[in-house]
Amino acid sequence: MMPGDIIGHEFVGEIVETGREVKTLKKGDRVVVSSMISCGQCRYCKHQEWSLCDNSNPKGALQEPLFGFSTSGIYGYSHLFGGYAGAQAEYVRIPYADYGAIKIPEGLTDEQALPISDAFPTGLMGADLCNIKRGDIVAVWGCGPVGQFTIRSAYMLGAERVIAIDRVPERLKMAREQSGADTINYEEVGAGEALKEMTGGRGPDACIDAVGLEAHGMGFMGAYDEVKQAVKLSIDRPYVIRQMILACRKGGTLSIMGVYAGFLDKMPMGAAFSKGLTLKMGQMFGQKYIPMLLDRAVKGEIDPSYVFTHQMPLDQAKQAYETFKHKKDNCIKVVLKP
Amino acid sequence: METEAGKINQSQAETDETISDKERWASIVGGSAMVLMGLQQRSLRGILTAIAGGGLAYHGATADKSLQDKVVDATGINKAIRVEKTVTIDKSAEELYNYWHNFENLPNFMKHVKSVQVLDMRRSHWVANAPLGQTIEWDADIINDQPNQLIAWASEEGAQVDNSGFVRFSPAPSDRGTEVKVVMEYNVPGGMVTAAIAKLFGEEPEQQIGDELRRFKQLMETGEIATTEGQSRGQ
Repeated sequence: MMPGDIIGHEFVGEIVETGREVKTLKKGDRVVVSSMISCGQCRYCKHQEWSLCDNSNPKGALQEPLFGFSTSGIYGYSHLFGGYAGAQAEYVRIPYADYGAIKIPEGLTDEQALPISDAFPTGLMGADLCNIKRGDIVAVWGCGPVGQFTIRSAYMLGAERVIAIDRVPERLKMAREQSGADTINYEEVGAGEALKEMTGGRGPDACIDAVGLEAHGMGFMGAYDEVKQAVKLSIDRPYVIRQMILACRKGGTLSIMGVYAGFLDKMPMGAAFSKGLTLKMGQMFGQKYIPMLLDRAVKGEIDPSYVFTHQMPLDQAKQAYETFKHKKDNCIKVVLKP
Repeated sequence: METEAGKINQSQAETDETISDKERWASIVGGSAMVLMGLQQRSLRGILTAIAGGGLAYHGATADKSLQDKVVDATGINKAIRVEKTVTIDKSAEELYNYWHNFENLPNFMKHVKSVQVLDMRRSHWVANAPLGQTIEWDADIINDQPNQLIAWASEEGAQVDNSGFVRFSPAPSDRGTEVKVVMEYNVPGGMVTAAIAKLFGEEPEQQIGDELRRFKQLMETGEIATTEGQSRGQ
């Protein structure tokens, strides 16, 4: 990040102007926008792998030496992902708007639609990658907003039971009350042992990391690190993945949605290999999941607004971050209103 | 031209005799391996002009080349900048070939090229941006043109920057679009230092051709080139 960069990648808004080539949107439309900027016309986008877009990152040449290939752009994020201006502003430019901005159906409030921009589809993809089958028990590390939606999504996709792991009591409480998860407070009990006991000694069929780490320099302000902050794992970074490798049943799946940006140290690859684990991960495919989530929300099957504990005006963003960072007043997620 | 090369390096000449130009041509058009690796020490221009069938007058090219090889051998200075880069684009070979074949389109995605004027079916005039607001100009000929497959070109004799290359369009497996490979060679002109060329064609020629192909792909697949130029910033 650089001074003057505009952050924020989870947003809803009203269209005030459209570019020449925009065909599906017009002035006045209320839209929810995927945090991933994707062209909609490359092979990856056509295959619904929106965050792997070939064309939307104007700084792809910076990424190639690090990642081998370039990925999609992201709003208000590291310059590796294009350095696009983000959404904590009065106005934001939406490239490839026909693909990235999706109309909000009548009857949904801003707060209901807002998490469908990023946190909810991230959770849904985390669960989707687990290929959940009947009877499966899913363990979710991290109960920030992404974790909350991961739990909900795992149930939506047919999990028998979801076990949520965190240390912040109000987040665990939200996971129990809103989604019916069983919870483990890892400060009170060893998560690994507890998981084994709670799964008949088998271990969870799938483990989802909704913690991850946000790269230094991206700030603590992205939606993802709300999750990171939840369990204070910024010092013990690879801790979640190490624990998941050991806790998961043999032949199980690890799904990593918490953001990793660089290198990990001391991964127990021997255990992962010998246990035949499947590792899946990635930035979320927003445009793939957003229409389905809006549909469920408008039918009243989900109300994503429950994650918001605070609402503040945009010009108090600094105070909002302070409140969130220090988890004052049981803060889980803040909505900023311009 | 083989004879000239042979005077410089006997073993090189032997290799050349075992691989006919026809086979070399086939490997350039249809091969999947790195073209430049296959060339080894030979000049891309020499091969491109040889396989063009001898109908064009490039007598000087190989002779100069040989002279230059001598200098290179003696001084150890790298004689040419060569780049090879491939990208897969989700469009038909026909569409991509047609766009590229109109050279006047090329400045749309080649940043250092200011303009290209097509003079006739074969010839074109190029103007490129050089350091300090200068421009550098040359004429180029299409030396091979296979519709929907390949366009090869070379600067005309006496160009300030001797350059040659080809772009190849070949179908990717299944429905994966078209593989577009560009191979280019710049030769250091007399008296001009390599660094000046490097400045003209980018500090990292490999990356520059990569950027150009990235922009070509963006343009072909989405009709626009991704940018953040002119976007709003905070105070």
